[in-house]
Amino acid sequence: MTAWYYKAKRIIINTLIHLFLISVAATCFLPLGWMVSSSLKTQETIFKDMSLIPGEFHFRNYILAWKEGGFGQYFLNSIIYTVSVVIGIIIVASLAAYAFSRLRFPGRKILFLVFMAAMMIPIPGSFVALYVLLNKLHLRNTGLGYILCMISVGLSMSIFLLKTFFDKLPRELEDAARIDGASKLGIWWHVAMPLARPVLAVVVIFNALNVWNEYVLAMIMFDSKNLMPLQRALMVFQGEFLTNYPLLMAGLTITALPIILVYLLMQKYIVKGVTEGATFG
Amino acid sequence: MKLKSTLENYIFITPATLIFVIFYLIPFIWVFRLGLYEWDGIVPAKVFIGLGNFKEIFFEDKIWWGSMLNAGYITFIALTLQNALAFMLALACDRQMRMKNFYRVLFFIPPVLSEVVAGLVWQWILDGNYGLLNSWLTSLGFGSLARSWLADPNTALSAVAMVHCWKGFGWGFLIFLAGLQTIPRELYDAARSDGANSWSTFKNITLPLMMPVAVLVAILTILGTMQGFVMIIAMTDGGPAYHTTVPVLRILASMRGSSRFGYACAQGISFGLILVTLSFIQYRISRLRRDIV
Repeated sequence: MTAWYYKAKRIIINTLIHLFLISVAATCFLPLGWMVSSSLKTQETIFKDMSLIPGEFHFRNYILAWKEGGFGQYFLNSIIYTVSVVIGIIIVASLAAYAFSRLRFPGRKILFLVFMAAMMIPIPGSFVALYVLLNKLHLRNTGLGYILCMISVGLSMSIFLLKTFFDKLPRELEDAARIDGASKLGIWWHVAMPLARPVLAVVVIFNALNVWNEYVLAMIMFDSKNLMPLQRALMVFQGEFLTNYPLLMAGLTITALPIILVYLLMQKYIVKGVTEGATFG
Repeated sequence: MKLKSTLENYIFITPATLIFVIFYLIPFIWVFRLGLYEWDGIVPAKVFIGLGNFKEIFFEDKIWWGSMLNAGYITFIALTLQNALAFMLALACDRQMRMKNFYRVLFFIPPVLSEVVAGLVWQWILDGNYGLLNSWLTSLGFGSLARSWLADPNTALSAVAMVHCWKGFGWGFLIFLAGLQTIPRELYDAARSDGANSWSTFKNITLPLMMPVAVLVAILTILGTMQGFVMIIAMTDGGPAYHTTVPVLRILASMRGSSRFGYACAQGISFGLILVTLSFIQYRISRLRRDIV
């Protein structure tokens, strides 16, 4: 009798827990479903058809957004910025992290501290000064300016993750390469970098997500529409087509889809990055 | 030989240091300098006014302090509701090992979306005339509750806060879950064989061991939520009539709206100091509590 009672109690509790988890999970997914669903409706049906799965599928919004809305160009811009920044960070941050972990030079400790402090001190107004500086350097409203700024944004965190990894790495392989006469840069590139692949994956994904989703710098950086990345262009687009929700939702889907795909494929690394990055704070 | 080797070592850190100094350190220092000037960002001549900007911020700028209260409200909701939800979900997932990965994948979808996408989708869902929420309320018989959630001064700020919770709880969830999984299972087994029920194991093992994690999540929540503003641009742009405006939006308005670059920098400094103080206090309180217990 009591065994039966405990079993029933456990089943009920487990069911309630799952119901709770499923309802929250549904809340996470539903707005996305609604976004895609709205993007497949037309200006006529969107205000009447409130079903999550539309009666008819209209893919015309995507063609309109991609061609006339300029999202083809914005998409390309976002890809260019994201790839350039990620490559830049990988090289610049891993060079620095390797030096902080392995090489000796005056000022090493203080410089590393400054990089780490930058990660923790919030400066909400820095974009004002950055705007002034970019104007002075004639880098405002240029892709190069945006790429350099975004490299700087991702630098501290990436150096931290990479240095932590290099610190734990055994030195035998590097010593062997040194005895074979390899240069320091050669050891960095041919020995340390291949070994760092797991942490490089985390660095790549985090910075890629960060650049793809970035809005503030893009807002102060770009005046020319043909240079804008997706996030900035979406806000401009929304201002122009205020009531055309199907078209706007198509634009949002185009913007969000790559991120969701990357996330689903790489979520192992994302979870790792969040928990490792957080344990530092 | 030694000198050559040291110079060689500097090659490794030069690119990072250059980019960092130009695009982070110089603007950082300039913020403090510009804060002492009245300057429209265009004319070469800046007018030095000392602490004038700060005086104006502290004694005259009511909208600024209103925006601080708004951000404080959103952060309060995030600290309580969002983090409580994150903790409960993490506890539930820690028990239910079977579908843990499935839930984890879904819970982290809102955090990976951009703030612009999340803000615009929610703006459409909360739309007063054709929004999904109102449509559902009406069909469920609560039509009287339907309203322009983001345009009504009574609900705008709370609606914005709720969307922030939706967007943010996945972070806390992941960190809490990682924390829970570092607790050795043997501790629970030992407590259970000593006759402890699930409430007292929770109170005596889980809670105390999770305190440092909770402090970490709280600090991250404060720093993140207080500075958040992109979703608000996408949803309300601070309206109706400053009801959902937040400090960073005010800094932007000083810079782009009224072209007062010095004032914008002074606002940034004041806000930065408040944030650093908040996280420092939080950290000290947690240390104190650990020393007492």
